[in-house]
Order: sequence, then structure tokens, then C-alpha cells
Amino acid sequence: MVLMAVVVLALVRSRNLFGVVLLSGAYSFLMATVLVAMDAVDVAMTEASVGAGISTVLLLGALHLCRSDEAKPAYRPWGPLVVSVAVGAALVYGSMALPEFDDVTAPIHRHVVPRYLNDGLAETGVPNIVTAVLASYRGYDTFGETTVVFTAGAGVVALLRRRRKDRKP
Amino acid sequence: MRHDLILRVVAKVLIPFILLFALYVQFHGDFGPGGGFQAGVITAAAVIFYALIFGLADTRKVVPEPIVESMMAIGVLIYGGVGVAGLLLGGHFLDYFVLDHDAVHGQHRGIFWVEVGVAVTVSGVMLKIFYMFADRGRMDDER
Repeated sequence: MVLMAVVVLALVRSRNLFGVVLLSGAYSFLMATVLVAMDAVDVAMTEASVGAGISTVLLLGALHLCRSDEAKPAYRPWGPLVVSVAVGAALVYGSMALPEFDDVTAPIHRHVVPRYLNDGLAETGVPNIVTAVLASYRGYDTFGETTVVFTAGAGVVALLRRRRKDRKP
Repeated sequence: MRHDLILRVVAKVLIPFILLFALYVQFHGDFGPGGGFQAGVITAAAVIFYALIFGLADTRKVVPEPIVESMMAIGVLIYGGVGVAGLLLGGHFLDYFVLDHDAVHGQHRGIFWVEVGVAVTVSGVMLKIFYMFADRGRMDDER
């Protein structure tokens, strides 16, 4: 956690975009470590592969297309700073009313979770609860997610392909 | 980086294991951490690794672009197909209990195919985006 804070400070200070990309990769790996510590191995795996792997490569590819130094801002962005600090403070204030992380009486642990945990293995035959919830109980949601990923890909294709065709003939 | 001997040898050794790990994550996702999304990303990462070392043109020969583009759609179709199969067999959309005479087996089968669909779409989209970005960079170089 301390390392993460250090990395974020370095990210904010740094003006070299190459360094920023590498630091955000390091940040993703640290985040993955935190997630492992919280027993969310599935999410940690995703964070490590997407956050640290793929997105770093994509950002480096984008960096190849533009200059690698961040331009100095033309004015002092006080307004946005005030807005973001206010929103952050509001979020922290809201999170104080959340139940404790290990509180078993929290509403989220009372609704459908007991059924997933107790009957999931018998109903789906899949020992990994995450997979069972993701693919079976929440099948619609995952279908939606897959469609979102597909739409994102189709959007990138639609945006970038036309340029190539214009140039080739 | 194409002429760097060490990188080429290391990549050749590592890539089969990365792909094998992706398959493990895919098909062992029912029992351990992992699943379709992670497996798809790892597969895409293996191919991107190949592209970084051996260049984009060679990668296009290994994984042609039409295949990548159709993978994007095929994954969603597999996922939707599982749902429609449930419909045809007399259940609700995405209801896996009817996919086999034993309800639990049906669940297993449904989850398996759904995960396959997710993996195919995710790796297709990741690769396509990577191709697009890398391609643009190369085009600008040629100008």
C-alpha cells in the first residue's frame, strides 16, 4: 500500500510519458498483489494480465505515435482540482458509513450470497464459486459484458480501419 | 528487436508455456482461479509477445487478421448459442439445466461453453486492437 502511494506520487510528478506508462504497469502489479492478499485471486489475475500486460503494451504502441513528453499545461487547473478533491472527500465520507470489510451481518452477505456459497457446488457442480456465479447465476450479466467487449472491438475497428482504406488506393 | 538472438530464443521457449498456461486457466477455471476472460487475455498476450519479438508481418502469418476479426464475433455467438440452445431444449434463455439429462452436468456443460465464448471474444478483441495500433505506427513510419 505504501509502495502504491509512492508510485502514484511518482506518476503525478513525472512528465516523461514512457516512465508514466511503466509506472502504471508497476501500479497494476502492486494492485494485483493487494487483491491476492484479499483472497480475490481471479480479479488479481485479470489485473495483472490486463492492467500490467496488455494495457502497457497498448499504451506503448500509442506512445510510439506521439511525442513522449507531456506538454506543460497552459493554465493552472484550480477549478478541476477543487472539483476532484470535493468528489474524493464526498466518497471518503460516504465510505465511512459502509459496513466493515469482515462484517458478516452486512446486507451484501445476507441476500443471495448464502445460497451461492452453500448450494453453489451442489447446483452447478463447479467448485470455484467465482466461476459459478459469473457464468451461471449471473449469466445474463456476463453475456452483456462479452457483448460490451465485442462492441469495444468493433468500435476500434470502425474508427481505425477507415483511415487505412482512405490511404491505400 | 528481430535480430536479437537471446530474445528470440527466450520467446520461442516461453510462448508455448504461456499458451499452455492460458489453456490451463481456461479449462481449470471451474476448479481454481481463472476462467474465460483471463485465458483470453493470456492468449492475446502470448501473441502480442510474439509480435514484439518477431515483428508484425510474421505475426500476421501465424494469426491472420480475418481469423482475429471473426473470433470477435464467434465468441459472442457461442455465448448466445448456449442461451438459444437452452431455449430450444425447453428452458429459459441461458438456462443450463436443460442442456443435459442430469441438471448438474447441464450446468457444467453450459458454463464450459460460455467460458469458451468469453475467451474467444476477449482474445480476438485484444489482438485486433493491438494489430490496429501497431499497424498505424508502422504506416506512419513508412510515410
